[in-house]
Amino acid sequence: MPVPQDRRYLKSHEWHQQIGDKVTIGITQTAADELTDITYVKLPAVGTKISAGAAFGEIESVKATSDLYSGVSGTVAAVNAELNANPGLVNADPFGKGWMIKVKVTDAGQMAKLLSADDYLKKTGH
Amino acid sequence: MLKRTPLYEFHVACGAKMVDFAGWEMPILYRGIVEEHQQTRASGSLFDVSHMGRIYVGGPDAAAFLDKALTRNIRQQRVGQSRYSLVCNSAGGVLDDVIVSKNAEQWLIVCNASNRERIVKHLNGIRESGAFDAQIADQTESTAMVAVQGPAVVGLISEALDIDIQSMKRYSFENGTYRMSRFTLFRSGYTGEDGVEIIVSAGTARNMVQSLAGEMPGADSPIKPAGLGARDTLRLEAGMPLYGHELGEGIDPISAGLSWAVDLSKDFIGAEPLRVIAGRGPAKKRVGLELQGPRIARQGAAVKAGEVLVGAVSSGTFSPTLKRSIAMAFVDAAHAADGASVSVDLRGTTADAKIVALPFYKR
Repeated sequence: MPVPQDRRYLKSHEWHQQIGDKVTIGITQTAADELTDITYVKLPAVGTKISAGAAFGEIESVKATSDLYSGVSGTVAAVNAELNANPGLVNADPFGKGWMIKVKVTDAGQMAKLLSADDYLKKTGH
Repeated sequence: MLKRTPLYEFHVACGAKMVDFAGWEMPILYRGIVEEHQQTRASGSLFDVSHMGRIYVGGPDAAAFLDKALTRNIRQQRVGQSRYSLVCNSAGGVLDDVIVSKNAEQWLIVCNASNRERIVKHLNGIRESGAFDAQIADQTESTAMVAVQGPAVVGLISEALDIDIQSMKRYSFENGTYRMSRFTLFRSGYTGEDGVEIIVSAGTARNMVQSLAGEMPGADSPIKPAGLGARDTLRLEAGMPLYGHELGEGIDPISAGLSWAVDLSKDFIGAEPLRVIAGRGPAKKRVGLELQGPRIARQGAAVKAGEVLVGAVSSGTFSPTLKRSIAMAFVDAAHAADGASVSVDLRGTTADAKIVALPFYKR
């Protein structure tokens, strides 16, 4: 399963894309396929402080409920409200319209600690 | 090493995602659980259920032996009839739920894949301790079994296999021949839809499946393959119990709402404790729950009435047909009335729920 090279990843299948001082977070196609039909995404409110390595939300599918993790610390600057009405966007377009939150990061250097696309593929065996 | 059914190559050719299920490599889905669920309700789906145990019982004492092992009264069962039954331990806990069918010369027990070895051992134990003159033959791996379910199925399969299914009663079966190979067709299923289940020799299975679902089922095929994921959401909407969720050794059939499959007037293993439970009434009852909001209650989630813990969820999903969150739960009998308001703990947050009659969906 191909993954975009312009992002950084966690082994728990979240992608992180940095634009300026903001990092957008979502989950990979592999994760979306593994969950199957996604029925609900619980996301934090704008302004919530989140920490690298901690859960910031939850994702549910007909099969399972999982925590969503962030690889960066900062403040939630935007939330994808479309996922409320249409959580299936995560299945249909996980790297695009299925994004979850944008985080204003405290330290942009955190991104370098996350996995590259190639390392993510190696670590997750896909 | 996982076991593969005779339809393994068919699944792979249809793009299935395969998973380990009770030691078998089985398709969890092909296109998507919800899509396959809706395909079943709207038209038809074909499920490989070859992993389920097929145990044949014959010999002069076969009926007496099964009468001892099964909760259901099978003495009046006629050739060509199938019955849902339970197999209990001596404490009345459920070892498995099975379908028992009476052929001219022998009986067939279809059991859950995860319980097959245990059930074969249990049956052999009863046969030996009761000195029954009966033979037990596990033919799971020399045969295949498929379930074909949905409103379009009876018409299409009647034509394809030249059997008048419309005139068959539910829970009856007939034998037929397909390309020189014998098969048995049952009018039964686990989805809440009309349909059939077919047992055929391992060697004939793939040819038969392709003539039922098409060489490579396309977008407009009336019958498409569906996986275990949809099978689970379909049975849940239909209010049917699943072993490991609504049934287990710690659960008795009376509490599980299956008294209709238990004949307390006869002598079977587990009968005595079950008479006691039936006499005083079960402490807990299996109920349906409709939850407010989109979140899904998983097995083990606490059910509360006010601040009081009154039960636990056994299965839950987001119903593709009703478009709402549904669950089954075991709840204290005093709090199990239809319409009662309860709440369910979903990983720390609370969802309001209402107790409703089962099934959630009826065709």
